[in-house]
Amino acid sequence: MSNAVVDKGAHRASSLKQARLPRWTPYALVVGSAAVGAGIGTALGMGSPFQMGLIAALVFIIASYILGAVVEGGRQARDRLATSLVWVCFLLAVIPLLSLLWETIDRGRTVLDGYFLGHSMEGVQTILPGGGAYHAIIGTLEQVGLATLIAVPIGLLTAIYLVEYGRGQLAKAVTFFVDVMTGIPSIVAGLFILSFWIIILDFGYSGFAGAMALAILMMPIVVRSTEEMLKLVPDELREASLALGVPKWRTILKVVLPTAIGGITTGVMLAVARIAGESAPIVLLVFGATGINNNPFEGAQSSLPYYIYEQWQLGNDASFNRAWAAALVLIAFVMILNLVARGIARWKAPKSGR
Amino acid sequence: MAKRIDVSGLTAYYGTHKAIEDISMTVEPRSVTAFIGPSGCGKSTFLRTLNRMHEVTPGGRVEGKVMLDDENLYGSGVDPVSVRRTVGMVFQRPNPFPTMSIFENVAAGLKLNGSYRKSELEAIVEKSLKGANLWNEVKDRLNKPGAGLSGGQQQRLCIARAIAVEPDVLLMDEPCSALDPISTLAIEDLIGELKERFTIVIVTHNMQQAARVSDRTAFFNLAGVGQPGKLIEIDETERIFSNPSVQATEDYISGRFG
Repeated sequence: MSNAVVDKGAHRASSLKQARLPRWTPYALVVGSAAVGAGIGTALGMGSPFQMGLIAALVFIIASYILGAVVEGGRQARDRLATSLVWVCFLLAVIPLLSLLWETIDRGRTVLDGYFLGHSMEGVQTILPGGGAYHAIIGTLEQVGLATLIAVPIGLLTAIYLVEYGRGQLAKAVTFFVDVMTGIPSIVAGLFILSFWIIILDFGYSGFAGAMALAILMMPIVVRSTEEMLKLVPDELREASLALGVPKWRTILKVVLPTAIGGITTGVMLAVARIAGESAPIVLLVFGATGINNNPFEGAQSSLPYYIYEQWQLGNDASFNRAWAAALVLIAFVMILNLVARGIARWKAPKSGR
Repeated sequence: MAKRIDVSGLTAYYGTHKAIEDISMTVEPRSVTAFIGPSGCGKSTFLRTLNRMHEVTPGGRVEGKVMLDDENLYGSGVDPVSVRRTVGMVFQRPNPFPTMSIFENVAAGLKLNGSYRKSELEAIVEKSLKGANLWNEVKDRLNKPGAGLSGGQQQRLCIARAIAVEPDVLLMDEPCSALDPISTLAIEDLIGELKERFTIVIVTHNMQQAARVSDRTAFFNLAGVGQPGKLIEIDETERIFSNPSVQATEDYISGRFG
């Protein structure tokens, strides 16, 4: 290598190196654009911190792009643009969630206590404080439990059929109808059970009727998630088992299902969480009650979503408080279910042993 | 109880595609037979027809006869499940069951097929792991997951799992292609020991391996892409590698294949 080349190299630095912004640049930009956002917002007389935040986000995206383009060049600038867009979108998605959670906890905790969890609305004057959601909690647990008992075995077996046995026209038809079922609005499922179970067969309102409508909503979700999980089980495991002379049904039961059980449980729990918040079928089929009815097969019951709706409609401060508390209970219920699902998934996940 | 395999006029299809055509050969008991040939010539397909695993693939279909001693595997009334209990298989990639421990993996074939006493199972698991030369490495951690072993150990675990059900024939589909040379040597030594008890058929892309482990070698080839694979010749391994009777075989093993 001649001296001239070395000199040139020293002048341009090495060809693999190029100017980089320091690592703390994004953090500095966040602080800077927040300040600019607040400044512009105040100058224009905007009261809402949300508007200021949007301005700050916009400034942040533009500033990262321009700074990147000036110092680092085009490709790095586009990388910075994409990264900052992803972060801003993430924040935009999380803000409503956190705000909802905060609002519910803040307003719900005023009346949420042991008394609220342990008493019904029987004989409570609706404009006065007091009363509770015990009857609604019982109703939700029973209706969701029954719906799960109906939907999970059917959904699981359908998914096993589709993945392990289904070939040709019948499997295609089943897949098509599962897709159609996914799109059924909950009120339609409720109307179907209403016309079939209550009007034609002449049974009365009951938690079980609501559970059937919820099962209709739950089934396609269970089928879909289970199907995806079973497809993830490698064919090599099925072949290994078959090659040992294990019949197909035992292979499915003892090798395929245990391998996928973590994911299947998560799917079922998410489906449960989805139907626990349904109110339309409950209004149509369970009718709503103010007292405790432990029997889901006879007479009207309540449920948490219905209770929230009912309390909100009463329109006074005491009932608003009760509605918020019930909403908090419902969110906690769904959150606990999700945590349980994650726990089971982790516990049952195939182990590497390392 | 090693058994002789006698194949005559065997043709296998995937849907309408003919994968192998008119294959006839005899596999001697208590010996190692190696299948060599270029990719796509139907060695693995043929191997899978020997324990009726071919039909597990959607569209898989077989014509012809495979006699195991005096029973036709494709005769009417033959249950593929009992065929697979008699003819075991080891796959290319080690595939221990991820939800099961080492012990459960070896015992899987027995446990999933019937009920055994715990002491009986323990004896069989120990015997099979010793048979697969894995016992000393895993005897202290039989309850650890099988997926935690190294690749070579996993493959020997799969061999232990296959021999635990006491098959008559053991089919091996490129059992060393995913392994390092030391693990490969361990498996090859094992094959030498196993042939005392089983009839072994091994598919391999490694010509040296075929020369090292097998007593007889079969060379498969195909006329062109999309054409069915055919058996070119089968003979004593020594003859195949020194003085084959077909020119194509010599071209292939000497690397002049084109």
